[in-house]
Formats: sequence, C-alpha cells, structure tokens
Amino acid sequence: MVEENIRSATTTNQPEIKSTTAQETRPAVETPREQEREFRAAPQMNTSPLHGLWALTNRDLKKWYKNPILLFMSLIQPVVWLGLFGKALNFSSFITSSIPPTAPPGTADTILKSFFGTTSYFSFLSCGMMAFVILFTAAFGGMSVVWDRRFGFMNKALSTPVARGSVAMAKVLQSVCRALITASIVLLVAIALGMVTSSFTIQGVLGAYAVMFLIAFGLSSLFVMLAIRSSDWQTQMAIINLLNLPLLFASNALFPVKIMPSWLQTVAKLNPVSYANDAIRQLLLGSPGQFSLGLDFSVLAGFAAVLAGISIYLSWKLLTK
Amino acid sequence: MSSQESVVESRSSPNGAIVKVENLVKEFGTLKAVKGVSFEIQEGEIFGFLGPNGAGKSTTINMLTTLLKSTSGMAEICGYDIHKNPTEVRRSVGVVPQEYTADEDLTGYENILLCADLYGIPRSNSKPHAEELLALVELSDAKNRKVSTYSGGMRRRLELACGLINYPKLLFLDEPTLGLDVQTRTAVWKYIRMLKAEYHMTLFMTTHYLEEADSLCDRIAIIDHGQIVKMGTPDQLKASIGGDVIIVGVKEADPDISSDIAKISLVKDVKKKDSEYRIKAEMGEEASPQIMDLIRSKGLHVTKISLTKPTLDEAYLELTGSSLREEETNKMQMMSQRVTMMRARS
Repeated sequence: MVEENIRSATTTNQPEIKSTTAQETRPAVETPREQEREFRAAPQMNTSPLHGLWALTNRDLKKWYKNPILLFMSLIQPVVWLGLFGKALNFSSFITSSIPPTAPPGTADTILKSFFGTTSYFSFLSCGMMAFVILFTAAFGGMSVVWDRRFGFMNKALSTPVARGSVAMAKVLQSVCRALITASIVLLVAIALGMVTSSFTIQGVLGAYAVMFLIAFGLSSLFVMLAIRSSDWQTQMAIINLLNLPLLFASNALFPVKIMPSWLQTVAKLNPVSYANDAIRQLLLGSPGQFSLGLDFSVLAGFAAVLAGISIYLSWKLLTK
Repeated sequence: MSSQESVVESRSSPNGAIVKVENLVKEFGTLKAVKGVSFEIQEGEIFGFLGPNGAGKSTTINMLTTLLKSTSGMAEICGYDIHKNPTEVRRSVGVVPQEYTADEDLTGYENILLCADLYGIPRSNSKPHAEELLALVELSDAKNRKVSTYSGGMRRRLELACGLINYPKLLFLDEPTLGLDVQTRTAVWKYIRMLKAEYHMTLFMTTHYLEEADSLCDRIAIIDHGQIVKMGTPDQLKASIGGDVIIVGVKEADPDISSDIAKISLVKDVKKKDSEYRIKAEMGEEASPQIMDLIRSKGLHVTKISLTKPTLDEAYLELTGSSLREEETNKMQMMSQRVTMMRARS
C-alpha cells in the first residue's frame, strides 16, 4: 500500500519534473549566442512587386484541393447541372419530334442549325455551361475576400510588405484556376454524355481555353473588386445573386440570342459572357458565330484588362483605410 | 560577443530612438480616435500603451504598422517615414495583432511559411527559421496540425512566431494576452522578456492589464480619450500619486496628534478620522516605526498599523477616472473582437 502510494506519487510528479527541466535546460542547449546570430542574420528578402502573389494564390487553392468534401462538391456540381439541365431541356428532340413526318428529310437539322448553329442542342448548351460554371466560380471567389477580412487574415497579409495589388490579384488568380479546372470537368463530362466532338481541333481547344481564361479573369476581377471593402457576407451574397442571373440569362449561354426580344438582344450584346460563348462555340463546334472571332477576343481581352486594372487600382486605394 | 554588440550599435540611429511619433491624429468621420500623440521609443526597451477600451491604443498601433492612414502628424519607424515608405516600415517591423489572423485551414507550419513568403524570405532560410520559431514558442509538436484544432493559447503563440519570421528589430504586440488563461499569459510574458533580453529586440505593446504593464514595460504611456495623459517608468507613475499610505489605529481618539506626526520629515500628509490616522509618507518602512515611537511617547496605544505601497492601479484610475466606458465603436471592430474572444476561449 505504502509502496503503491510512493509509486503513484512519483509517476504524477514525473511529468512536472520533466517539463521544468526541459524549460530550464533549453537556453543552455541552444546557446543564446547562436540564436542571436540566427536572429541577426536576416536573409536578403525578395523585394520584387510580385513576391507573395503565388504564395497567396496557392494558399486559397490549398484550402480547396486539401478539403476533399469541398473539392468533390465543386467538381460534382457541374456534372449535376449538365446531366439535369442539359439532358432535360432537350430542344433537339423537341424540334425533331414536332416536325411533321411529311416534311422533307433534313428539315429538323436545318431548323436546329439555324437556331443553334449545330444540330445538337446538348453541344450548344455544353459550351454555355462552361461559361456558366466560370461565372459562378468567379462570383463565389469574391466571397473569400469577405471571409479573409472577417477572420483577420486580410490584416495579416496587409501588415507584410506584399504589394496591395497582389492581395487582390491572388484572389483573382485562385478563382481563375478553380474556374478553369471546373470548366474542364464540364467539358469532359459533356463529351462523355454525347457532345459532338467531330469539329474539335487542337487550335480550337487551345483557343477555347484562352477565351475561358480571359472571361474568368475579367469576371473574377469584377467580383473581387466588388468585395474588396466588404466585410459583410450577406451584402456580398445579395450582390452575387443580383449579378449572376442577368449575366447568365441575358446572354447566349442557354438560348441563342436571335429568339430573344430585341431589348434583351441589346443587353446580351453588352454582356461579355455572350462573347465568350460565341467564341467557344465557334472554336469547338465550328458553328457560325454571331460576331467575328477577332471581335470576341478583343472584347474579352479588353474586359479582362479593364476590370483587372480597376481592381488593382482599388486595392491600392481601399485596402489601407 | 563584443563584435556582436558593435553590430547592434551601428544599427541604431544616432539618438537611439527606433520609433519617433509626432502629433499623430486619426479621425473617423467626426470621431477623433487619436488626438495628437507624440512619443519616442528607444532601442531595446519595452514600451507599453496602457489605457481603457476605446482609448486609441489599437488605432495608434494600426497607424504605426501602416494598416491605417493617419489623418495628420508624422511617425518614423526604424528610420522610415510611415507615409513615404510604408513598404519599408512593414518589412522592418513584426506585428502580432490583437485578433487571430492565422489561416484555420492550414497547419501552424504552413501558416508561418506563408508569412515568410509574404515577406519575400527565401524558402531555404524560412524553413529552418520557422522550425526555430515554432520551437521558441513551444509549438514544435503541434506544427503539423491544422490551426482550427489549436487552443486559444496555441493560436496566440503561433501569432507571436509569425510576427517574428521577418527578423524584426521592432515588434508590435496589440493586447498580447487578451482573453488568455493564466498559464498562457505567463508564457507570453516569458517570451516577451526573452525577446528583449536575448535578442535585444524593441517591443511596443498595448494592454489594459495594469499588472502586465507594470511587470513588463520599461516605460509606459497612459492613454485615454486619444491622448497620452502620462508617460514614464512604472515607478515614476506610482510615485506621481504620492508615496506610501500608512494607516494607524490608536486606542484613544483624543488628543489629536496629527500636527506632531506631520513634523516627521518623511511624512507628507496626515488625515485623522475618529481614532484612525491616514498618513501619506515616503519610504513607509522607515516612517512607520518613527510614527509608532511618536505615538507611544505621547502615552497612547497603537491598536493596528498597515502599510500600503501604491500600485499602478491607483495611478491609472487617478489619471483615467473610474467611470465605465461607452465609447462608440464600429461594427467591424466589435465583430473582430468577438471572433478573437471566441477563439481565445476555444
């Protein structure tokens, strides 16, 4: 009994003794002088204005690809959209089945081609769906600015010498990366579900990616710019919802512009998403475009450059109060 | 050792001031948060800003670390003007903000490396340095855990390590022990003393805990309503409220011997209430036996005697008043404070 008491006493004492000795011996083990030298010898720091840009971008991407549930959800979402929306809203069979059997063969194809520029509405929609997921990814990319402000990380980034413009541009870049990856998944799923690939060319696919990059860059800049001063996620959600649906529906993403009323056609013409869709369809499906490819690219490049410029300017202006 | 000392010497500016602040003002609309503060911090000292909530402590720190633009006035940090050279200021100081700013989804190690990247420190240097700093704040065992699993104390220590990653000469600590338990607070105090003693670092901290300012700071500025009301060493501040207080209870209420007691050279002031004398004196330990002797020599009997040393509390309350503060605060501040407290308690 006595022995047991002693043993228990020593065992309970042991960790305490250990911790104190560890604390006391530490300065002796790592000699202070050595530590001093370590602290004094600051390395040459990278002072280029772009330093930290990739670190900040990668931080946001890490949160995405290291979170399996989030990654799975954001990748599965476009599949669900394509499967449900793309297959349920089948204009092809709608038109084909409503053609009287007496009509000459090929009538349905002619009608489809004149509406959609291709005989497969699903292919038409798949291209629109790629722009659609880019739009939504960009919109929610802006939200992470709000969270960073709310959880204090923004202040940490701003107290370092990293360029203010990099703080905003990192948000844009992470959103562009995510948008392009998600759009690629849409493309793969669309091919698997029956998108017409007969007019795919290497130049066409590369061109389509260039288009997607430009529209993703422009839209991400837009939403980051709108979020840059906000710390209120509810306002930000309202802004996203207010902009997303008009940008989607007042464009040629889901339906061709020519079946819209004329006022809506004008709106669609001002919508950069229309130009992205127009270019992607020309490049991937070989369909005749509403605009020339040159015009599509100029509009998209201009859109991306102007919005990126504004968001960099605003980040310098507004991130320091 | 001597060669190292000379390195330290050559880095200091001629008059040794690492922080020079002149008439710094910050207005938020009509609210004057900081109404013109001026002070200097010498290299190697721990300087404390002490004041109630809403006194302008954090606003001042945010201006000095260039997170906020000042309305007017000037400040020079490590030789760089905060308006003309904000990037250089940020490069040369370390900041441990009041709120928890680490990314919850990353590990402690990833967080500190991210900080190093933001300062442009090459990975070849930042990796070993991060390990060192994590060991310094005793987080080596938890370095590969996500910050969301950290306790409030661990988060605070991680913030401290992040603030040191860029080899700062000057470290800003905004309320470093806010909401922490006693163990972590003691540990943070230990680190602060170590940074000064072993690394010759200059520290600028804000706090509203008097004992913290008293035990850590070489010099304190008491700030209230956006103005510095008193500045000096803790001892000077204590002395400014006028010496020790001796209370002597005497059996006989009469005769009144106040005037006799006042003749003792160390005694500064005597007040009598019923049979109790309240005596203010310098060096109370020496004054009290003299007072006892005097009372006995008059044939009176001492029933009790107490000696109270002045604390910073008294100096502080005398300068800032004891009324509760209902300062206006913005939504953003309240929110970040709530988040900070919530995480500190986790």
